[in-house]
Amino acid sequence: MAATSQPQPGYYVNYSTRVDKVGLRPRINTAIRAIIAVIITIIVLIPVVWLGMTAFKSRPDAVASPPRVFFEPTIEGFVFLLTDRRQLSESEIAEYRERTDLSLPDQIVLERGQAIIGQSDFGRQLLNSLIIAGASTFFSVFFGLLSAYAFSRFDVPGKDDLLFFILSQRMLPAVVVSIPVFLMYREVGLHDTHFGMILLYTSFNLSFSVWLLKGFIDEIPREYEEAALVDGYTRLQAFRKIVLPQAVTGIAATTVFALIFSWNEYAFALFLTSNVARTAPPSIPTRLGTGGIEWAAVAAGSLAFLIPVVIVTFALRKHLLRGVTFGAIRKG
Amino acid sequence: MSQVSTGRASSQQMGSGTGSARRQLSDVRITQLFILPTIVLLIVMNIFPLIYSLFLSFTEYSVIANTPPIWVGLDNYTRILSDAQFWEYFAFTGRYAVVSVGLQTVVGFGLAMLVRNKFKGSPIITTLILVPMMLSPIVVAQFWKLIFNPSYGILNPLLGFTNINTSPEWLGDGVLAFWAIIIVDVWMWSPFVMLLVLAGLSAIPEYLYEAASIDRASPWFQFRRITLPQVMPLLLIAVLFRTIEAFKQFDLVYGLTGGGPGDATKTIAIRLYELAFQDFNTGQSSALAYIVLVVIIAVSNLYIRALNKAREG
Repeated sequence: MAATSQPQPGYYVNYSTRVDKVGLRPRINTAIRAIIAVIITIIVLIPVVWLGMTAFKSRPDAVASPPRVFFEPTIEGFVFLLTDRRQLSESEIAEYRERTDLSLPDQIVLERGQAIIGQSDFGRQLLNSLIIAGASTFFSVFFGLLSAYAFSRFDVPGKDDLLFFILSQRMLPAVVVSIPVFLMYREVGLHDTHFGMILLYTSFNLSFSVWLLKGFIDEIPREYEEAALVDGYTRLQAFRKIVLPQAVTGIAATTVFALIFSWNEYAFALFLTSNVARTAPPSIPTRLGTGGIEWAAVAAGSLAFLIPVVIVTFALRKHLLRGVTFGAIRKG
Repeated sequence: MSQVSTGRASSQQMGSGTGSARRQLSDVRITQLFILPTIVLLIVMNIFPLIYSLFLSFTEYSVIANTPPIWVGLDNYTRILSDAQFWEYFAFTGRYAVVSVGLQTVVGFGLAMLVRNKFKGSPIITTLILVPMMLSPIVVAQFWKLIFNPSYGILNPLLGFTNINTSPEWLGDGVLAFWAIIIVDVWMWSPFVMLLVLAGLSAIPEYLYEAASIDRASPWFQFRRITLPQVMPLLLIAVLFRTIEAFKQFDLVYGLTGGGPGDATKTIAIRLYELAFQDFNTGQSSALAYIVLVVIIAVSNLYIRALNKAREG
C-alpha cells in the first residue's frame, strides 16, 4: 500500500548503465545466485515430484524400503482411488484368471487378488468440490463486484469501518465459526447439504472478493464513466458497459482465487458435511486400503487435486501477490 | 487516499450538475442495493453465529443431548483457564507460531534477496517456489507424511540415514514431530514472505543505492539502512498474516500428526475441534473458541500498531 505510492525517480535515470554493473564480479555474483536459486527450487519441488512419482507406483514400489526412485509406472493408484473392491478367494482368483473379458483396471486389481465391485465415492466428492466451489465462487464474485463498485465509486457512510468489518470476517478461524454454524445448520436442515456449503463458502470468499475487486476497480479511471453519464447513460448502464469490460482481468483473477480457496478448504468441509455434500479434501486422507494406507491411491488423489492448482498458479503469477494478501497490497 | 477524496468531489459535482436530484438519489439507492447483499450475508453467516456462540459459552450444553442449554455463568471460562492442560496447548501453539513464523521470515527474506535481481530464468524459478503456498494444507500434510515415513519415506535417505533401525522417526517422537511440523510449515509459507518482500524490494528507488555507493557505504550498511527499513512495512504485513494463520493452525498439523504423539503437537485449534466435534462439549468449546478469538484479535492489534509505527517512522 504505502510502498507502491512512492515516486520512483530512479526510473528516469535508467537510460545509462551503471559502470559497476558490467564488470566481471557482478556477473559472477549473479551466476552464483542463479545456481543457488535453482538448487533451492529443486529442493522445494522434491516433495511434489515425489508425490507425482508415488501416484504411479504399484503398492510394493510405493512402500519399498529403501524408497525406490526407479520403478515401473502403473495406474494402480488411480484404479484404487476410483473403485471399490472386494477380496477374492483362491478359487475365485483362479476363475478370474481364466476369463478373457477383463478390462485393464480389472486386471490390475486382480494382480492384488481383488475384484472391482463399483465406483468409489471419490468421483462424486470431486464433483461436489466442483459444484460447491463453482457456485460459491460465482455468488461471491457477483456480490463482491457490486459491493466493490459501490465502495470504490460512491460515498458510503462509515466506509472504512464497513470495509474493515468485511476484511475481519476473513480472520475468523474456521473452527471457531463452525461450532455455531453447525448448530444453526442443524436447526434449519442445512447440515451436509450443497446449499449450506455454498452459502458458507460464499460468505467467506465474499470478504476477500470485495477487497480484491475494489483494488482493481479503483484503478479504472472514473473519467470513462463520467463521460458515459454525460452522454446519457444511467449508472447501471455505465457500470455494465464501461466498468465491467475494464474489470475483466480483476474479475478473472478474483474468480480463480476464490475457486482455489474453496477448492482447498478442509476444516469447514470436515465439520459440516458427512456424506451427501462431502468435498474431496476431507476424503483424501481416508483413502485406506485393506492392508494399511494405500499410498499410491492417496498420492493419485492428491495429484488429481493439485494439478489444477499448479496450472492456476502459473496462469495467475502476475496477480498472486494481490490474491494472497486479500487485495491489501497491489504491486505485482 | 487523495484519490478517494477527489473522486468524492467529482461525484458530487456530477449529482449537482445537469439538473437531476433524481440521479443522485438513484446513486444512493444503487449504493445501498449493491452493498446490502454482502452485509446481510456476512451478518447472517458470521455475526449471528458469533453472538449465538457467545451465549452458548456461558451455558452447559451439548449438541447431542436433548436438554436445552443451562446457564452456568463464567464456569466454562474458569474451568478452561484453570486447567493446566489448556495452558500447555496454548504454550505449544505460541511456541509453534514464534518458531515457524520466525523461520519463514528469515527464509522468505533470503529467498527474496536471492531472486531479487533478474537473471535468466528467474521469473519461472520465482513462480515455481510459489507453488507450495497455493496447495491445500491437508493434501500437503498427506504427502509430507509419506516423505517423513521412517521405512519408505524419502527424507531419511536424503539426509543420509540408511539404517532404518537408527534413523529418526519424525512423526513418532514429540520433539521431532514439532520440527517436522515446522519444516512443512516453513516449506509451505516462506514463499508467501518472499512474495511480499519482493514487492517491497521492487519499490525501493534505485537512486538510494546509487547515492550510498557514491558515499562508499558497505553492502551491509546499505542493507541495514536502505533495504531493511524500506521493506519493513511489507515484511510486517507478511508476519502479521502468518502469525494469525499460525494461531488458527488446524488442517496442516491435524493432517500430519493429529496432535500426537500423545498430546505433543496439539494446537489449540485441534483441541477446540476435539472438544466441539468429538466430545460434543458445545458450551465449553464455545468458551474456548472465544478465548482463541480474543488472542487472535490481541495479536493482530499488536502488529497493526507496530505496522503503523513503522510506516510513520
